[in-house]
Amino acid sequence: MSDHHETAQQAQSRIDAAPDLAALEALRVEYLGKQGSVSALLKTLGKMSPEERHEKAPAIQALRQSVADALAARKDELEAAELEARLATERLDLTLPAPDAQRGSVHPVSQVMDELAEIFADLGFAVATGPEIEDDWYNFTALNMPESHPARAMHDTFYFPDTAPKGGKMLLRTHTSPVQVRTMLDVVKNNPGGAPIRIIAPGRVYRSDSDATHTPMFHQIEGLVIDRGIHLGHLKWTLETFLKAFFETDDIVLRLRPSYFPFTEPSVEVDVGFAIENGKRILGGSGDEPGHAWMELLGSGMVNRRVIEMSGLDPDEWQGFAWGLGVDRLAMLKYGMDDLRAFFDGDTRWLSHYGFSPFDQPTLSAGVGARS
Amino acid sequence: MKFSLEWLTYFLETGASTAEIAAKLNAIGIEVEDIEDPAEKLEGFRVAEVLTAKPHPDADRLQVLTVNTGEGEPLQVVCGAPNARAGMKGVLGLPGAEVPANGMKLRKSEIRGVESNGMMCSVRELELGDDHEGIIDLPGDVPVGKSFAEYHGASPVFDVAITPNRPDCMGVYGIARDLAAAGMGTLKPLREHHIEASFPCPVQIRTDDPEGCPAFYGRVIRGVTNGQSPDWMQKRLLAAGQRPISALVDITNYLMLAFGRPAHVYDLAKLSGPVVARRAKDGETVQALNEKTYTLDPSMTVIADDNSVHDIAGIMGGEDSSVQPETTDVLLEIAYFDPEAIGVTGRKLGLATDARTRFERGVDPAWLEEGLESLTSLIQRFCGGEASEIVRAGTPPTQPKVISFDPTLTARLGGVEVAQDEQKRILEALDFTVDADWQVSCPPRRHDIEGAADLVEEVVRIHGLHNVESVALPRADGVARPTATPIQSLERRLRRAAAARGLNEAVTWSFLPTKEAEHFAAEGESLWSLDNPISEDMRAMRPSLIPGLLSAAKRNADRGAAGSRLFELGRRYLRAKDGSSDERPTLAVLLAGEKTPRGWATGKARPVDAFDAKAEAEALLAEAGAPVDKLMVMDEAGAQFHPGQSATLRLGPKNVLARFGALHPSTLDAFDIDGPVVAVEVYLDAIPARKGKSGFEKPAYTPPALQSVERDFAFLVPQDLAAGDLLRAVRGADKANIVDARVFDVFAGQGVPEGMKSIAIEVTLQPGEKSFKDEDLKAISDKVVAAAAKQGAELRG
Repeated sequence: MSDHHETAQQAQSRIDAAPDLAALEALRVEYLGKQGSVSALLKTLGKMSPEERHEKAPAIQALRQSVADALAARKDELEAAELEARLATERLDLTLPAPDAQRGSVHPVSQVMDELAEIFADLGFAVATGPEIEDDWYNFTALNMPESHPARAMHDTFYFPDTAPKGGKMLLRTHTSPVQVRTMLDVVKNNPGGAPIRIIAPGRVYRSDSDATHTPMFHQIEGLVIDRGIHLGHLKWTLETFLKAFFETDDIVLRLRPSYFPFTEPSVEVDVGFAIENGKRILGGSGDEPGHAWMELLGSGMVNRRVIEMSGLDPDEWQGFAWGLGVDRLAMLKYGMDDLRAFFDGDTRWLSHYGFSPFDQPTLSAGVGARS
Repeated sequence: MKFSLEWLTYFLETGASTAEIAAKLNAIGIEVEDIEDPAEKLEGFRVAEVLTAKPHPDADRLQVLTVNTGEGEPLQVVCGAPNARAGMKGVLGLPGAEVPANGMKLRKSEIRGVESNGMMCSVRELELGDDHEGIIDLPGDVPVGKSFAEYHGASPVFDVAITPNRPDCMGVYGIARDLAAAGMGTLKPLREHHIEASFPCPVQIRTDDPEGCPAFYGRVIRGVTNGQSPDWMQKRLLAAGQRPISALVDITNYLMLAFGRPAHVYDLAKLSGPVVARRAKDGETVQALNEKTYTLDPSMTVIADDNSVHDIAGIMGGEDSSVQPETTDVLLEIAYFDPEAIGVTGRKLGLATDARTRFERGVDPAWLEEGLESLTSLIQRFCGGEASEIVRAGTPPTQPKVISFDPTLTARLGGVEVAQDEQKRILEALDFTVDADWQVSCPPRRHDIEGAADLVEEVVRIHGLHNVESVALPRADGVARPTATPIQSLERRLRRAAAARGLNEAVTWSFLPTKEAEHFAAEGESLWSLDNPISEDMRAMRPSLIPGLLSAAKRNADRGAAGSRLFELGRRYLRAKDGSSDERPTLAVLLAGEKTPRGWATGKARPVDAFDAKAEAEALLAEAGAPVDKLMVMDEAGAQFHPGQSATLRLGPKNVLARFGALHPSTLDAFDIDGPVVAVEVYLDAIPARKGKSGFEKPAYTPPALQSVERDFAFLVPQDLAAGDLLRAVRGADKANIVDARVFDVFAGQGVPEGMKSIAIEVTLQPGEKSFKDEDLKAISDKVVAAAAKQGAELRG
């Protein structure tokens, strides 16, 4: 008995002292390997008489178990130590930069157009489009600007040498208003009696004008409402409502001024009140308040009955309003860019700075604006 | 248009302030763009008397003056004007004052060693005229020390924008009328003229062009003296931005600016025979007052005598018969020209004048007689002379338009209730006549009034647009309906997908230099090319979005950017077969320079290559809902691309959804940009619409219960075999079991025979109900090898 006990104690201390897994394996072989000393003891059991085996076996089995347990415990220890040592060698300098994920951006003009589409969808306005290389007739004549109309001179039009099918030359549309005519004609085609219309028509427009605040190409958004019983009060409400939603403020004060566009009658220019704070224009308040002023925002009016007529609708039944608004200017006003020309330069630094995350998708529930 | 407050109040009795008048002008549709108060500019300038004038000790041309400013000790001032002399009165700018003409701030200084305490000013220095011969020489009775602004009667000047429908407001009187109607005072009655005609008009007048010139009135005045116009007139003209020239010229300008009524005065001595309004002869020329010679054609109306053309009717007079200082006898012309004809002629000649602006918008056809009398009266007052009788040719179209007006339309269209008697008052204040049945006759000068809506506008603008209350548009029941069309949804989706892939959205010009556009035009395609571009760099409409992005990338590179990752969504401008505009929605991506910069982990910078373009093309097409796995990679991306590193992605042999690849070195040369640059162009209109657009349900799918199995194959293939063809063959070898096949190695060189390459493919097999048995796998492998063999591939041993 005491002999086994001594062996066990000795084995335990040798195992505990094993410096590494290799030494431990050598000890395992020494004790429990095929030629091992404990294995040899176990083998003696086979040669014993049952009585003798009954007497000696528990001690030998206990010895084997204690050695096996000691080996396993030491193995765990050594493995843990080895893992720790390995992990220590695997330390990374995590202050080093991670691989760059390229960040893309959505152009402010697109962002604002998406915002406008979202707001106007809520008011029931569909989005309509038309060609940019336009027929003189749609751009001018159908909008009550026959050839030699003096208002044409205000349009700084780009012309093509090509003859337009409906007369005059082909041109680059000077405003999004031809989409009004195209939309009304389409409505009449599909529904000869006429039908209510609510559309916005965003897109590129062109004027032969280039200075610090004008570019020969810019973006407009046209609005058109045709229905029964529509008047100037509805126009005012629509513009107020959309501006409040767009700028996410209830403090929007509009001033309507009489103006002149051949395709609307009466025509009004719409100004919005603002204050200058730290050199920036902050919308809100009446332009007549001290420290405030009015900013020209857009041209609009009640659609001229001649335009309604030319589009095939009965102007005694259908009337409505239209407006045309500069999208680039609206973007500048909301998001603080101050140079229009930079919009069209494609400078990646500018695009990254003033552009929007693809996930700034405007929604009514989250607010259409992307706050910085 | 500019006019002074002083001029306005000559016609309008009002106690209103400048600010009140400006606010009212804006409110009634006459936009005030600027108000300039000359008194501010003249601050620090006062009337001073020269007490002594002595030569400057060190300068021949200078004098040293002592000047009495009306207070304190006399000041010493150095002056270079030849007319400076003791005893005269002039205008002294004190130190601190700013010279209006050049913005120079005056200060106490030394001029050639002599102290000078200010400056005696010339007319030009104070922006009161052109004279710079000497300093201002004021009359002797002007009180010394008086503020010059006060003495000069400096009056605030309004600069207003008159909309083209209101030529009647292109004269101060018309503006006064509108203001009076809007409650800003009372319109003063115009002076009545009684011209005594002393002799029959010796000149015969005729209009041979009743279309272009329906009416032409004239009269001769003999014995005029064409000196200077009176001071008050010069002041009003100057305030309006019109330089005084001579009394006769100033008077016609005055008539035009006061009443919106251009007229013309000829030197009678230069005319011979009848003076006739007629069409120009083809090729006829006239030297106009601007000293340029114009060649005319028969669409243009002119005023001519027996010898030559003396006036491009309604636009500009001729140099030859223009009045001169020595002119004594004149013929006055006041006519009504057809607005449209004037516009056409003006545009053809490229000649913009104040007269054309008014005639082409339409002057008052009922104001010929009175206009001529006013003109005569002014000339006689300031130039003397005897007037002939008036001669008249033709009749002006003065028949008033009558409109049946329903005053309730004001509320129905204008959105504001205005009492009927107030509506009547407003219309009458604007010279409309309103009868008991609301038949409204328009003053003939209001060419802009076409119908009832115009009358609503008159009423509403004078009543005040601020009275229009907001009224909500009726709202459809329920939640707002979706409004975007399929192409709009597609564009929005692709825009954000591209941005999410790390691309910056750019918006570039629709127009390009012709050379660049031609470089990108498809063969046989004719470009849209502007007649009147803003510059040659903006002449041709883009046939592709790539050149615009390429130029942007070049600008970025020139600014030192290591790379650009740009995209644009917009139209490319083509021509339909019938010649009409064919604008195709397009997405372009351009990658230039480095894809990844050099890095501590990745080593050297990695330049972009054709596969980066392919990755963008496929990812964006997938996002667009195109069946990417069915697309064929085919050549012919176009001459702008590297012939060996570009391709198209097609659905079927003809439908090209996109092209991509590295750009051709000649393209890079043409745009002066260093490579590598790769690009993608996706044709949104070519992408087939999603099927089953009516439903939201996705196709049924249950993930397979059994695990998939991978098998690797290495093939020896001819060098020129497209890996895509081999892959497609392998995928199609056993469609029931093969769910994927991907190339994981391509190798040529050692161990591979000359002219061959090795392609290794990993094939994924998906068992259905039962696991594959060895013989199943063998059978599939055999099919794969057989299918590959058809492509000329041989399984490597």
